[in-house]
Amino acid sequence: MNFSYSEEQQMLAETVMRWLAAETVVQRGFSPERWGELAELGLLGLNVDEDHGGLGATPVETLIVMQEFGRALFGQPFVSTAVVGAALLGNIGSAAQRDDMLPRIVNGSLRVALATLEPGARFDLADISTTAVRQGQSYVLNGRKAVVLHGDSAHVLIVCARTSGGQRDQDGLTLFLVDATAAGVTVRGSPTLDGQRAAEISLADVQVPLDSVLGEIGSGYVPLEWAVDRGIAALCAEAVGAMEKLMELTAEHLRTRKQFGQPIGRFQALQHRLADMQIAVEQARSMALQAAALIEHPQRNERRKALSAAKAMIGRSGHFVGQQAVQLHGGMGMTAELAVGNYFKRLTCIDMTWGNTDHHVELYGDLL
Amino acid sequence: MDLRESPETQTFRAEVAGFVAARLPPDIRAKVLGFLRIERQDYVRWQRILNERGWGAPSWPREQGGTGWNARQRSLFEEECFVAGAPRQMPFGLSMVGPVLQAFGSEHQQKRFLPRILTMEDWWCQGYSEPGAGSDLASLTTRAERQDDVYIVNGQKTWTSFAHWANWIFCLVRTRASGKPQEGISFLLIDMTSPGVRVKPIRTLDEGADVNEVFLDDVAVPMANLVGEENRGWTIAKFLLGHERTTIAGIGTCKRLLVRLKELARSEPKRGRPLIEDPRFRDRIVKVEIDVRAHEWSLMRASSLEQAGKSIGAEASILKIRGSEIQQELSQLLMECAGPYAIPHLPEALNAEFAGETADGHGLNALAAQYLDLRKVSIYGGTNEVQKNLIARALLGSQP
Repeated sequence: MNFSYSEEQQMLAETVMRWLAAETVVQRGFSPERWGELAELGLLGLNVDEDHGGLGATPVETLIVMQEFGRALFGQPFVSTAVVGAALLGNIGSAAQRDDMLPRIVNGSLRVALATLEPGARFDLADISTTAVRQGQSYVLNGRKAVVLHGDSAHVLIVCARTSGGQRDQDGLTLFLVDATAAGVTVRGSPTLDGQRAAEISLADVQVPLDSVLGEIGSGYVPLEWAVDRGIAALCAEAVGAMEKLMELTAEHLRTRKQFGQPIGRFQALQHRLADMQIAVEQARSMALQAAALIEHPQRNERRKALSAAKAMIGRSGHFVGQQAVQLHGGMGMTAELAVGNYFKRLTCIDMTWGNTDHHVELYGDLL
Repeated sequence: MDLRESPETQTFRAEVAGFVAARLPPDIRAKVLGFLRIERQDYVRWQRILNERGWGAPSWPREQGGTGWNARQRSLFEEECFVAGAPRQMPFGLSMVGPVLQAFGSEHQQKRFLPRILTMEDWWCQGYSEPGAGSDLASLTTRAERQDDVYIVNGQKTWTSFAHWANWIFCLVRTRASGKPQEGISFLLIDMTSPGVRVKPIRTLDEGADVNEVFLDDVAVPMANLVGEENRGWTIAKFLLGHERTTIAGIGTCKRLLVRLKELARSEPKRGRPLIEDPRFRDRIVKVEIDVRAHEWSLMRASSLEQAGKSIGAEASILKIRGSEIQQELSQLLMECAGPYAIPHLPEALNAEFAGETADGHGLNALAAQYLDLRKVSIYGGTNEVQKNLIARALLGSQP
């Protein structure tokens, strides 16, 4: 095992860092310019194989890029399209689906969003009441999808619907590729707490052709869980980048802010708080690395444990580091003016994406 | 960055596990896994078995009789040994005075002492802390005055682990009273059988007596037992602090306690079901297991830095803090597994020969002693608060 960047990895990190340094204002919402630049840099092909124009990189490269995104609060729908979407299509897409969609993901002309979770289902990927019923040469979809991340900038929605079984059964779920502009699809976008975008989506008698089925009928859960784990690994790396940046901002504040005639960093109560934050960041970093290392583990349980462990830890660390960064910045930490608050909000949202700490502690416990 | 475990590492792990399974005496294993008292002879026996295999000194260079292993191999070795129920290798000779002699000792000192550390013919203990010098070690006052060709040593050391079993003690002593406190300290090797050395046990919370006070009254120490130069002992002390810092993580103990915790939580009943099925208790096990996972990866990262020849500072402090907190959490959970059966106080039941009855019938009360004993890990080796000072200094610079 080797934890230092190779020359190529170092170059990748620096390229992303330099590119993002040019960004002075946190982008709110989707930016076509940024998306075009992502494509030019080749980053949209990180998780696409070379046969389809991608880089076929390892999870480590995604980790490196996501850490830089976290440091810069980069809020474009990269994870939805280029991590989860690309991985899912590459893994279970038919030859036709892959040939059609993957090159378009790489060149920036296609964005996808994962429309799975539903109102009342919280984080449970299997709690699906959206239905898909076969009618001749098509399926008809009905249901609602909640907090579809970047759903309003996606061209294609990956919808999880029930083709058989009871509401919370893992069996009987099927994935569909649904055109976001298809008749019966309503996409209501809104900003999220952290300045990104999400959408509430309703599907009313949406008719999709048979070849829009992604993977096998009734067996959507396993690949969906696998793809979401990819997303979780990416979010963990992003969170580490965000926490790193918060540490730098907070240490700088403690060095420069003076009260009682001296830098507040001379006070031991604050020093120990900063040390506690650093400990939390390092535990998070270890877990993000572990997630990247085990995401491709052939045994589902080993992969699942690593990913749930990582997400549980990142959620806990993210809250702690975010809250303490605000606290140590004093009143200024409460203002919308400082970047600290933006990082805090991003970390808060990351915990609530694809399962918070409690959720993943529970999943881990099921595999104990 | 390449996060795959190499095939060599997997082979190494299997080789260690195979050896320990075959050669660890069952009576010693039973004591260790049962949290019973381990005797001097048990430690010596296991050390000699390892030494015969060439594994007596995992951190020493080959030419000194060590293994030449890298940091990652060393922690894998520790983990496999601990989980299988081997007693720890005593660090006072192997990890403390041994490396000091290799770096600062005369050829005569090396030849005389190093081989006897490998075989444990000598049992070493550490004479650092004093009643008035704990975290502020440089304020130590035990003094050594030159008289002809000997030092006359007077003072008191304390918290000296296993001094009652030791025949040698390495001491930091004051050889110059003037100037900066750090600049008047020397590193002396003292024969515990010398006249004037007196060991008095300290009874600890768990009713154990592993630590002692060591009184030194007009103890004559030959000049030949000075290591390095006079008044340069602080350099040696700092060298030791910076040496194989990854062992501070206590990964072996963490892993062993975690395995034991899950076993016990599966066998102890609550309302007719295994305790591990109680959601409250299960969540706590999961959380600490996740902590252990993170700790293990932090250790691997630090080991890879050490392997690349980089010194680790704040990283080691974090390993110390997390390792100690995790051990303490695990020991508490283990005791809580025992629940009410941890209450009866039967120190004699900690002896392997004990044949009486315990409240639960299978010795769960040893878990309370373990819980009490492990409070020490956040205190020794630089308290966790001192470690946090060091982490903050690394983040803020020395004079924020």
